[in-house]
Amino acid sequence: MPAINDLNICVATENGSGSASSNNVLFKSIFKMGIPCSSKNMFPSNIQGLPTWYQIRACGDGYSGRKDVIDIMVMFNDVTAAQDIRRVRDGGVIIYDDSKPLPAQLKRDGVQYVGVPANKLVQDNMEASPLRVKQRNMVYVGAVAKLFGIEWEIIQEVLRDTFGNKPAVIESNLLCIDLGYRYVEEKGTKQDIGLLKAIPGGNQGKIITEGNTACALGAIYGGVTLVAWYPITPSSSLAESIEHYLPRLRKRTDGKASYAIVQAEDEIAAAGMVIGGGWAGARSMTSTSGPGLSLMNETIGLSYFAEIPSVFFIIQRGGPSTGLPTRTQQADILSMYYCSHGDTRHIILIPHDMRSSFDLSRRSFDYAERFQTPVFIMMDLDLGMNLWSSEPLKLEAEPFDRGKLLSAKDLEKLEGKFRRYFDLDGDGIPQRTVPGTPHPKAAYFTRGSGHDDDAKYSEDEKDYKATLDRLARKLDTARGAVPKPIVEMSQGVKAGFICFGSSYEATREARDRLSAQGQKTNHLLLRALPLTEEVRKFMVANDVVYLVEQNRDGQMAAIFKAEWPDLGMKIISVLLYDGLPATAGGIVKQIKEYQSSLGKEVKPWPVQRPIASI
Amino acid sequence: MAGAKTNRVNLTEKDYRGGESTMCKGCGHDAISASVIRAFFESGIDPRKVIKLSGIGCSSKTPAYFLSQSFGFNTIHGRMSAVATGANLANHTLIPVGVSGDGDTSAIGLGNFCHMVRRNVNITYIVENNGVYGLTKGQFSATADKGSLMKGGKINELPPIDIAELAINLGATYVARSFSGDRKQLSPLIQGAFAHRGSAILDVLSPCVTFNNHEGSTKSLQYIKDHLDPLHDLDFIPHFENIEVDYEEGTDHQVTLHDGSHITLHKLRERYEPTNKENALKAIHGSVAEGKFLTGLIYYDGESPDLATAMDLCDTPLASLGQDELQPSAKLLDEINAQLMK
Repeated sequence: MPAINDLNICVATENGSGSASSNNVLFKSIFKMGIPCSSKNMFPSNIQGLPTWYQIRACGDGYSGRKDVIDIMVMFNDVTAAQDIRRVRDGGVIIYDDSKPLPAQLKRDGVQYVGVPANKLVQDNMEASPLRVKQRNMVYVGAVAKLFGIEWEIIQEVLRDTFGNKPAVIESNLLCIDLGYRYVEEKGTKQDIGLLKAIPGGNQGKIITEGNTACALGAIYGGVTLVAWYPITPSSSLAESIEHYLPRLRKRTDGKASYAIVQAEDEIAAAGMVIGGGWAGARSMTSTSGPGLSLMNETIGLSYFAEIPSVFFIIQRGGPSTGLPTRTQQADILSMYYCSHGDTRHIILIPHDMRSSFDLSRRSFDYAERFQTPVFIMMDLDLGMNLWSSEPLKLEAEPFDRGKLLSAKDLEKLEGKFRRYFDLDGDGIPQRTVPGTPHPKAAYFTRGSGHDDDAKYSEDEKDYKATLDRLARKLDTARGAVPKPIVEMSQGVKAGFICFGSSYEATREARDRLSAQGQKTNHLLLRALPLTEEVRKFMVANDVVYLVEQNRDGQMAAIFKAEWPDLGMKIISVLLYDGLPATAGGIVKQIKEYQSSLGKEVKPWPVQRPIASI
Repeated sequence: MAGAKTNRVNLTEKDYRGGESTMCKGCGHDAISASVIRAFFESGIDPRKVIKLSGIGCSSKTPAYFLSQSFGFNTIHGRMSAVATGANLANHTLIPVGVSGDGDTSAIGLGNFCHMVRRNVNITYIVENNGVYGLTKGQFSATADKGSLMKGGKINELPPIDIAELAINLGATYVARSFSGDRKQLSPLIQGAFAHRGSAILDVLSPCVTFNNHEGSTKSLQYIKDHLDPLHDLDFIPHFENIEVDYEEGTDHQVTLHDGSHITLHKLRERYEPTNKENALKAIHGSVAEGKFLTGLIYYDGESPDLATAMDLCDTPLASLGQDELQPSAKLLDEINAQLMK
């Protein structure tokens, strides 16, 4: 039996059937074996009874993007079975419930069928219980474990970690897992792919988390005090995670709260509260997705024009309209960058993994206060809601940057009057005070209508234009301050990739595949908007730039082209927009197609990558 | 101004003024601003502790015309209630006064208004109610009475939203109605709202002299004057003054507010206790049935905690907390990392 460490296991079940627990046990067991792994949850916008798929990728090479092909299908949903048998690659394995015989139309050639009578096993061995469906799902965990070499001790350990204080739950789950495990063992069933091989110390010190959790922790460490939000997939778990962690992390001796979390009546109100909080000096944020962002547009324009610090976490999903609420996209880039009517451009921070989710989230409040403007954290469902393994989150020791915020003491020293919107330093960033500052010079009148340098109402054309120009200047100042891209250049290589966010892992893998074929590429991981000088240099240094993004229209490319029309011509957009997490195969395929279209001799790309052996 | 009367914080009434008004001559809103100024002066409130907020519309411009020493925020149409909620949570030690109009509150911002009230956000929320959109030149608002005539002759066919009634139903803890021209009634009601901790909603009839002051309009100056239906005369006694007011046991009613101030209600007809929700709604309905505007302190609830109290916010405003109080230790992050390794 060969040892294999690049397996993509897809579990097809119904949602609401407890498969989240069984999938979690399976995933964590593989993680505990030390094999780098990631998971992708393709779930429906529904509570119970609709098809859901969970993919676990175990990959010794450490790629954690979605794998192009499915090696193993746990086919536990009759409704999707006809499609599911076709999703498995040739030579793959289909594990199905053979309590009843498999209908003829679900048979296909080129795959290996492994029957496990999960239903029957549960019925024969477990007491009748409303949990029966859930118990059935635990059976496949056992079967997969035995078939692919996950040790029994590891499963026990995972159950203890997961249900630590509930011995009865551990016991009943172990019973069900054991049913599947023993069935395979006693029958001596084997599959033809190979066995997972533990990597001792492989995941030592690694954490597993979701981007939304990492962002929530980042916000707390960044000093958030006001969270106003409205439930919407896939962003809700971010606010809920803050609500979960804040009381634990910010205990006060007086027992009182150093934060306010409001579940607002809609996204308009959520944004309004954030702006009110930011105006009054609190570090304020919301989290939402596309539809919520649409509703927040007007308020974000106010935050921009009146120069009020605010932080918006946007966890992107499939749009437009309700779109695919539980699938992933990067299709709200323009919505964010140009958010609001009128001339606006905004600072956007773009995490690509768990650490940067934590880090940029923490620093977002510094950017918001320093630049007195809305700051976006661009996430997506893949990054936000799927499990990723990561180095531990790390706190950099940095003082909060509250920007040009004047205290009563500062005002006392100030010669002349305080001028709220006057560009004292030429960087477009004025000085700011907050309500409650005990000094006669502090107060001013904030408005979203035209105003002059002293915050007085003005419809004067010179004041209006000067304000718009200063805001543009402020954005230019931000170019020098936002997180720089991570650039990788090789001598003599003139083709480069640019990617950002959740496309990073798939792009990394795609580049390695191309490189293995003799196509070396440069790389730039974009971490923020507005675009910076480093990005321009990268554009200059390359002849062709593959810009990978998860939307139909090349939204990020549009920003590049608006910024640098001549350099923009070098961009070949690689666009992934089926709502599923990005894959290396999807990227490579488009690049090959592009190269073919140029009439160049291009080696055909093998449809399936041979399974890596170690 | 030498010799001008000063209050307990050593300010004259003039110190509470703001920029010059740009309202039409004779606009009810200016009269309300004057009552706001009077109320602040009489209550001796430090303007630096006040935040003024508004939405969009004629009424929402007025915070620029009083208390120039206070922070002001002219937000967006219909959203002041949400912005004020955020500002109040960020710094619950400040005294928020919100000015809105009938379009701002009862149409575009109705949803957000309802939820601000439901949360009992601490605010003095004044609706300058004239039944029309002024800035866009005279369209009906959602508080226009059924059968009221527009300037061009169009009749309003839809029933009005009664802001006071709505506020009571939603759980507002201080609900009053008044008339811009009745400073004697309005000013103490505003003072009472300052002294109250919670959502104090003041529905103030304020005739639009330009677009809604004609024959056939039920919000014209004359019509309002002719149809006022006051519940009581009232006096406001601030907590810092020890004044004896005529108080007739059995006929008058006294309300004690959160900061220790009192409002004494002298009955004009049957004795009215504003703490009974059912009675309050009945009184409004009765007055509406007679085509009148019920005014006075209609409803009061001194028991329900305001949002900041319900959230048990620490005494220091959230906005003033420093990194030492906000950023958990690296050690705690290590502990979370350890949990995430399982």
